[in-house]
Amino acid sequence: MAEIQLSSLAHSYHVKPSASGDYAIRHMNHVWHKGGAYALLGPSGCGKSTLLNIISGLLQPSQGDVLFDGVRVNEMTPRERNIAQVFQFPVVYDSMTVYDNLAFPLRNAGTPKAKLQAKVLEVAEILELQNVLYNKARNLTADEKQKVSMGRGLVRDDVSAILFDEPLTVIDPHLKWKLRRKLKQIHEQFNLTMIYVTHDQLEASTFADKIAVMYGGQIVQFGTPRELFEAPNHTFVGYFIGSPGMNLVSVSRCAGGVTFDGIDLPLSDRLNQYLASLQTENIKIGIRPEFVQLAGSEMDDALPCDVQHIEDLGTYKIVTLKLGEQIFKARLDEDHAVPQGRAWVSFPRQWLMIYVDEFLVEEQAL
Amino acid sequence: MIKTENNKAWFLVLPVFLLVAFSAVIPLMTVVNYSVQDILDPNTAFFVGAEWYREVLRDPRLHDSLLRQFIYSFSVLAIEIPLGIGVALMMPTKGRMASLCLILLAIPLLIPWNVVGTIWQIFGRADIGLMGWALNSLGVDYNYAANPGDAWATVLLMDVWHWTSLVALLCYSGLRAIPEAFYQAAEIDRASRWAVFRYIQLPRLKSVLVIAVLLRFMDSFMIYTEPFVLTGGGPGSSTTFLSQTLVTMAIGQFDIGPAAAFSLIYFLIVLLVSWLFFTTITHMDKSK
Repeated sequence: MAEIQLSSLAHSYHVKPSASGDYAIRHMNHVWHKGGAYALLGPSGCGKSTLLNIISGLLQPSQGDVLFDGVRVNEMTPRERNIAQVFQFPVVYDSMTVYDNLAFPLRNAGTPKAKLQAKVLEVAEILELQNVLYNKARNLTADEKQKVSMGRGLVRDDVSAILFDEPLTVIDPHLKWKLRRKLKQIHEQFNLTMIYVTHDQLEASTFADKIAVMYGGQIVQFGTPRELFEAPNHTFVGYFIGSPGMNLVSVSRCAGGVTFDGIDLPLSDRLNQYLASLQTENIKIGIRPEFVQLAGSEMDDALPCDVQHIEDLGTYKIVTLKLGEQIFKARLDEDHAVPQGRAWVSFPRQWLMIYVDEFLVEEQAL
Repeated sequence: MIKTENNKAWFLVLPVFLLVAFSAVIPLMTVVNYSVQDILDPNTAFFVGAEWYREVLRDPRLHDSLLRQFIYSFSVLAIEIPLGIGVALMMPTKGRMASLCLILLAIPLLIPWNVVGTIWQIFGRADIGLMGWALNSLGVDYNYAANPGDAWATVLLMDVWHWTSLVALLCYSGLRAIPEAFYQAAEIDRASRWAVFRYIQLPRLKSVLVIAVLLRFMDSFMIYTEPFVLTGGGPGSSTTFLSQTLVTMAIGQFDIGPAAAFSLIYFLIVLLVSWLFFTTITHMDKSK
């Protein structure tokens, strides 16, 4: 196990990158602590796999350093880094049996036979591969192949870290959940550092203690699932996490607060001063649909709006509102009465986030 | 299901039927016909049954050349297959060097058989050939026209020069078809270079190797032109292989009957050995 530190890391697949768009990873500083279960969450093409390959050593970063326990490992091979990685699509050595597949990484390291056998059988049991243990890997189903792929990572108990690159993509939904639980158990049992790449927020939050959200080649927020939900550090996190995502609206400054479509939202003096000191015009407000309050009659601080559409999803309802020219979504519990036509909406101040140049402004920090 | 009876449809198969008949079946049947008759002149022929077959199978000349032929073909396979794999593994995978290597490898394949024979005939000559002269200058007593060992070495070398490219090109294409993910997984699994070859590359080369082995076996088993041009089958009959023996019998001595019987046996041997190779390789490690 090791602490993995990324220092001023950048990577480009171009030989001579010029624009920042040429970079798959842009100036990244990050620490993955020893023994943590982490998820790396982001949309397709945001650089997740690139980052994983750089950590494992399959790829050399163009700039910056990768440090394992403070030692620079940039030039080291995956073997020297002693790292395990499971790929998105199953890779099995199809001329070998399942047993030999699982034993392969241990044999390559010259593990004594008794230990090797014990370890292979243990992992086969965890992954429920006992029935096919002596079958040729080529005859397995896609699920089983991916389990074998994962097993080859899990048999090594001395690794610095295990990296998973969307390992459950090809797995059946019902088995997915089970395997995710398994991974979590394995993590608790062996206390390995695990980094799990995914674009599925549910997968990330069930597996990981802390989630790193990646966007445009950068980690825009690193926090617990709750932190990502309650205080998204970047508009992308707000939009990407949650279902539906955060309501985000561009606003401009006005006396005592911000405004959009003739609707003024008052802010604290401290925030107003801060906003006034900035050059940028890129200011947004954001609020989670869960925190939008809706009432059928007039209330204090409530703004009149039109209810456009109601989606009943069983345990909750999603209400589409039109406030000014902007569309807001509100998520209401099933027992909450839904006003028809005209309604009054309010945004509790503690859940109303201000974003400047897409990043969160934290009032306490000002 | 309703089955439509329409026998006119059989007429549509007629062109193929005729083509196959004239290109394969009729010539083959002619040979079968010759092999069971003693033909004295165009109007006099006797049915002799299996007599020619018995005669051919007892002929020590044919036994010798069959043995030589097997030794030759297996030597060719033993050298060209590993060498071809080795060349394919060492070839660059991309860039200008890769194209250059492909062109260089393709050149020997484009040269006609008898030209290859002529090239080596001259190249190996002790008096004016570069290789023969150089070897003799280095103190090696090399003369393919006089020494059976030298003749064998030269014929083999010539075949290796001519055909290893084919094996290499086939293997190269097979190697290129292996997804990068396998190499990455192997690197993660700390596999040695040998383990990568043994467990990733070799299993995935199997299908192209079947083709390479079959092609090289059939071609080398039927070799005629090159040794004929290089040594004329000599010295003595040390490099006289099956086809040359057959040609001598059929055209040189005009023993049409025995030659026809021999042709069919020859054909069956090629078929049998090819089948053996094919089933052995395709059934290798298919236990479960």
